[in-house]
Amino acid sequence: MGSLIPLIVAAALAPLMQALIIRTKSVMAGRIGPPLMQPYRDLLKLARKGAVYSHTTSWIFQLGPAIGLASVLLALTLIPFGGFAALSAFPGDFVLVVYLMALGRFFTVAAALDTGSSFEGMGASREVTFSAFAEPALFLAFAALARQTGQLSLSPLLAAISARTWAHAAPMLSLALGALLIVFMAENARIPVDDPTTHLELTMIHEVMVLDHSGPDLAMIEYGAALKLWLFAAIIIGVAFPWHCGHRWIDASAGLLGMLMLAIAAGLVESSMARLRLLRVPQLLLVAIVLSALALAF
Amino acid sequence: MIKLLVLIPACTGIAAFFIASDRVRRVLLISAALAQTVLSFAAWVVQPAPALGGWLAEDALGRLIETLTSVLFLAAAVYAVAYLREERHQAHNDFEEGFIFSNAREANFTGCLLLFLAAMTLVAVSQQLALLWVAVEATTLASAPLIYFHRHHRSLEAAWKYLLICSVGIALALLGIFFLAIAATNEDGSTISLMVQDLRLNAHLLNVPWFKAAFVLLLVGYGTKMGLAPFHTWLPDAHSEAPSVASALLSGALLNCAFLGILRVQEICVAGGLARFSDRLLLIFGLLSMAVAAVFISGQTDYKRMLAYSSVEHMGILAVGVSLGGAAVFGAVLHMINHSLTKAMLFLVAGNLLAVYRTKNPGGIRGALSVLPASGVLWLLGLFAITGSPPFGPFLSEFTILKGALDQGKTLVAIAYLAILAVILAAMAAPALAMAQGRPSEDVTAAPSRSIALSVVPAMLGVGVLVMGIYLPPVLTRVLRQAAHLLG
Amino acid sequence: MSQLINSILVFLVLTGFMLLSSSRLAACIRAIAIQGVLLGVLAIAMQDGRLSTVGVLLPLITAAVKGLVLPWLLFRAMREADAVREVEPLISYNLSIMTGAAALALSLWLGQRLQLPSHASPPLQVPAAFFTSLVGVIVIVSRRKALTQVLGYLALENGVYAFGAAAALRLPVLVELGILLDVFAGVFVMGIAIFHISREFDHIDTDKLAALTDRLR
Repeated sequence: MGSLIPLIVAAALAPLMQALIIRTKSVMAGRIGPPLMQPYRDLLKLARKGAVYSHTTSWIFQLGPAIGLASVLLALTLIPFGGFAALSAFPGDFVLVVYLMALGRFFTVAAALDTGSSFEGMGASREVTFSAFAEPALFLAFAALARQTGQLSLSPLLAAISARTWAHAAPMLSLALGALLIVFMAENARIPVDDPTTHLELTMIHEVMVLDHSGPDLAMIEYGAALKLWLFAAIIIGVAFPWHCGHRWIDASAGLLGMLMLAIAAGLVESSMARLRLLRVPQLLLVAIVLSALALAF
Repeated sequence: MIKLLVLIPACTGIAAFFIASDRVRRVLLISAALAQTVLSFAAWVVQPAPALGGWLAEDALGRLIETLTSVLFLAAAVYAVAYLREERHQAHNDFEEGFIFSNAREANFTGCLLLFLAAMTLVAVSQQLALLWVAVEATTLASAPLIYFHRHHRSLEAAWKYLLICSVGIALALLGIFFLAIAATNEDGSTISLMVQDLRLNAHLLNVPWFKAAFVLLLVGYGTKMGLAPFHTWLPDAHSEAPSVASALLSGALLNCAFLGILRVQEICVAGGLARFSDRLLLIFGLLSMAVAAVFISGQTDYKRMLAYSSVEHMGILAVGVSLGGAAVFGAVLHMINHSLTKAMLFLVAGNLLAVYRTKNPGGIRGALSVLPASGVLWLLGLFAITGSPPFGPFLSEFTILKGALDQGKTLVAIAYLAILAVILAAMAAPALAMAQGRPSEDVTAAPSRSIALSVVPAMLGVGVLVMGIYLPPVLTRVLRQAAHLLG
Repeated sequence: MSQLINSILVFLVLTGFMLLSSSRLAACIRAIAIQGVLLGVLAIAMQDGRLSTVGVLLPLITAAVKGLVLPWLLFRAMREADAVREVEPLISYNLSIMTGAAALALSLWLGQRLQLPSHASPPLQVPAAFFTSLVGVIVIVSRRKALTQVLGYLALENGVYAFGAAAALRLPVLVELGILLDVFAGVFVMGIAIFHISREFDHIDTDKLAALTDRLR
């Protein structure tokens, strides 16, 4: 039976994961960094403010952030965590997850285009280009996992992956995991695909699309981004850290530990790598597609 | 004794790299070539014992190719000494583009020549297919420096293409060897060794799909080396840019060795009842090579390239002859000898023409008969011989192949074969006649006289070509029959 | 053991993609070096625990030659030729990777068609070998530099060797050594040729090696 726990945990802890990545990067750079609660404070601050809308924008601009957040939240109801199954699960639900992501992206892009700003149009075009590469990789990776475990639904699928699966299918699982990690970086606008902290609009991908949003809209976008990060991280931890001792709460704590490690790992990657040239990004994503295709072919 | 055949040129070749005196090195080259030839002919009288547990042994086919190689090498060695003396150690003016270039060290050239001979001998006597592969690849490596003797950008380009294209082809042949090894693995895990003899005796036990795939790969791999179209692209470049003595060896000896690689597999095909499959492939590639050669010989503006394409044509004829079976196989094996002798002679004569006229364009050569009487006559006769005119050897063998085709009722093949030969005859005869006759220009007639060996060596080969057309010694006929018998 | 073999084969495929997607010559040489070492390990792993002295020694020599000596030769050729350290392919890297993906699909298909007789093999064995060879061919035709063509030749050779190792073929020791010697000598001669090309042309781009063609009347 489904449980609300994964959704609640995600909603509560997603901004914290972002903060952990930022903290890791700060420590690596020799700084103290913002407090761990800073993302929550930012969200609250933004939510209390009023929004400013340009005269040239239409209702699409105001709809974008809400649909973006709603689609991620909906997708999160399908993601299990630790020993807890997702709120709902049905055969083929990972297809819905991918399409919910696409829906959110569509409205974010539409809102960005609605402003008529050339910067935002540029960002939108990049976002769509890269996701055109990232989506097949994600699908193929899911398909490979489904083929390996014989499950078509995310909750039983992730539950079916265990230390024993790794023992006899390590190459295939590592290929799928590699593909998922690349998609994780691309979808969440992390280094080496995109730099979330950049200040130069020309080099931005995701951030440039939300330049004109303010107040509660921006809060929804930021919160949605945090949830999306959590969503992908949860899937990756489900594959890479398959801890199933039988007790659901212990499993969930192990999952949280995995998330902590993934956040630190992401921070380490970001502080040790430079952002790729934009031309090289599709190449990285192509590699992800190839990795997952190889995993499927196994 | 078989080991000696490989070891003499190998050891002298390595030694030649370190000998500083030109005179000593040249004597070494000639004496090694002589010793090699004497040993090869001795093997016709005393059947040499197999060596290395049967890996090295002489059968009819191997003996033919081994003897042919050493005879050609002896001719090339004598010619090379005269040629190297003429070349001296000085910078040369390139006659096509006018820049100045030097030659590679003579020691390296001589060393590589001898190592090349060692590798070719190993190909001829090796009865183990994987060892044969190793030897064929070794011939590529030993002969690439020969092509780059004149150190300029064109010969470098030719050497690079030769090295890369042949290495890639040979790598495919190695895959073919592996496929063959898989085909030779029985259900119960026992294996047939890669000895030609074993494979022939157990040919019916081979796994057919794997063996067919192996044949295709080996045909493509060794076919690249042999110059079968469409894998022949390195051949005209290498033959036109190498010094003529190296071209003669490449065309006369090396191509046969590569063909031997294909023939060894063909033997197994024949023994295993797969001859229909292999014959069809050989026929297609053979006719294609002949046709491609005909196209590129027509209107060719470089006579060394013309000779090179003629080699492509004759390799095609060999493939066609073997594919037809019966009497045509006898003709093909005989044609291998005739082509080698004629083509080596032609390349050596071409070297003489090139040295005096300093152009590779047949349009730039007039009056060869009066400027270089010996070379002019040999050039003319050689071109008649290579295009299959009587009474020379190639006529006899080409006619035997044609007869084989007609005997088997393959009229279409015979017509295509004849048509291509006619086109090539017309395309080669016209420039050859023009080159021989006419009035030479002033500066050419004033050319200094050259060593007599440069004319005598091709003349000896020419006598061989003529004799092969008139009289076949019975002992040769017997060995040819044995060789043809193995190939169906 | 089959886990180890599978992992090696996956790594082999990945080095193939590394060769196709790297823009640095040094990275490509390293990919070839890794392949060489992987092949040595593969040949040992394929013996299934029944190890003999020769059975271990030969793969070790192979790994040493292909993983250390040849890369060293290539690095030296790169330095001496003073080559631009970029790969400069004739087709874009993305197209290279996609061609590689197509080659992978082709090799998987071929692997299904050509089942090794006599013993059951992991599904990736034949395809990984074919794929490595195909990558070699792709690199030879799509790259401009003489050095990358040598790398392509080596990848082709590695693929063929991997096929032999994967099929657990036992060739006589003499032959194995002969093959290895040929590859070594081949790369050595090619290295010398590259040096001459760089001296003669001031670069090692083979698409400029185009003086020799047929000029017909």
